[in-house]
Amino acid sequence: MDLTTIKKIGLSALVVFIFLVYAVHDRIDGREETNRVVISTESLIPSPFATSQPASKYKDGTYTGPVTDAYYGDVQVQVAVQGGKISDVTFLKYPNDRRTSIEINQQAMPFLKQEAINAQSTNIDIVSGATQTSMAFIESLKSALDQAI
Amino acid sequence: MGMPVTLEIVDIKATQKDLDEVFSYFAWVDNKFSTYKRDSEITKFNEGKIQRRDLSHEMKDIFEKSLQTKKEADGYFDIKHHGTYDPSGIVKGWAIYNAAQIFKQRNFKNFFVDAGGDIQVCGKNSEGKNWKVGIKNPFNQRQIVKVLSVSDLGVATSGTYERGQHVYNPKKDKPITEIVSLTVVGSNIYEADRFATAAFAMGKEGIYFIEKLNGFEGYMIDENGIATQTSNFSKYENN
Repeated sequence: MDLTTIKKIGLSALVVFIFLVYAVHDRIDGREETNRVVISTESLIPSPFATSQPASKYKDGTYTGPVTDAYYGDVQVQVAVQGGKISDVTFLKYPNDRRTSIEINQQAMPFLKQEAINAQSTNIDIVSGATQTSMAFIESLKSALDQAI
Repeated sequence: MGMPVTLEIVDIKATQKDLDEVFSYFAWVDNKFSTYKRDSEITKFNEGKIQRRDLSHEMKDIFEKSLQTKKEADGYFDIKHHGTYDPSGIVKGWAIYNAAQIFKQRNFKNFFVDAGGDIQVCGKNSEGKNWKVGIKNPFNQRQIVKVLSVSDLGVATSGTYERGQHVYNPKKDKPITEIVSLTVVGSNIYEADRFATAAFAMGKEGIYFIEKLNGFEGYMIDENGIATQTSNFSKYENN
C-alpha cells in the first residue's frame, strides 16, 4: 500500500483533512532505521508544538488566586504570565504545612506527593495528553487568570 | 474518534507496509466505532437501525468490556449517556493494544503506537534507551510538565482541556471541572486507558482509585496546577 492509498482511505472515511508526514532517520551507525508516520484524521487540530503563537489574552504579570478549598484543605496558587502565557505556577499555600492537617490526611488515606507543575525539558520521544487544543481550558486557573485579562 | 495516530518502529526490518497495515486497522476501528460517522456501526445502533443481537462481535466485546469496567470502577464508567452509546473512552486503548499486537506478531520489539496522546511503548527507542514520554501541560500545550522513562508499558492521559469539558461524572451527570488531566501508567494501554477515563470521572478521588489498583501508577493535575502522584509513580520519572 502506498501513500496515495492511505490518503484514499482517509477520504473514503469522510474525514475532513489528512496530514501526512513520512520521515526516515538513519541511525548514526547505519544499522537501524526509524520509521515514523503521522496521520491526522481530523482538521482544526493545531499541532501541540505548532510554531505559530496563538493570540494571547493574558497580560504579563504575577497573579495570586484566592485561598480555595482543595482536597486536603486550603490551597493558594500564584500564576506568572510571561509573553502572554503561563510561565510558572507557584504553590503559596497547601495543607500539609500544618501538622494537624497531615495527621488527619494520613489517617484518612495514604498521603500522596503533591507538587506544582513546572515546565520540563522537551527532549522526549512521544507526548501523552488530551489531543485537541481546547477552546475552554480557561476554566482552569480561572480565579488567578481572570485578573490577567 | 478523529485523532492523530503516530507510529514508530525502530527495528531495521520495518517497512512502509507494516506501518500501512496498522494505519488501515485504525481506519477500520474509526469506521466502526466513531459516533461522528453517519454510517458507523455505533451510529446505526444508536439510531435503532441495528439491533443489539445483530452487532458485530467486536462491538459486543466492547460493550462487555465497558460493563466490566463500570463494575470495577464502582459505576464511574459508562458508555451510555442520555440514552446514546459512546464507547470512545474504551475503544482507543483497545485499538492501540491491538495495533501493538500486530507489530509484535511481526516480531518487532522496539516501537510505539500513539493514538491521540495515549501510547503503548515496547522495547527501546532509536538510541537504545527507554522511551521518553512527556506529559503535556494542560494549561499550555506547548509545554511538558513531566518526563517518563518507560519500556513495555501503556501511558494514557484523560483530560478536559481537549474540546472543553467532556468527561462526565456518570453518577451525578455533571462535567468534571476540579481536575484537568490524569495520566495512568500500566502494563498495557487498554487497561491504562479505561482506568484513566474512569478515574478522571471520579474527580479528585480518582488518584486514590489508581493508588489502590495493583500495577498502575497515576499523575493527576488539578485546576490550580497542583499535581498529585501515586506512591510509586516516581519509578517512571526520567531523572
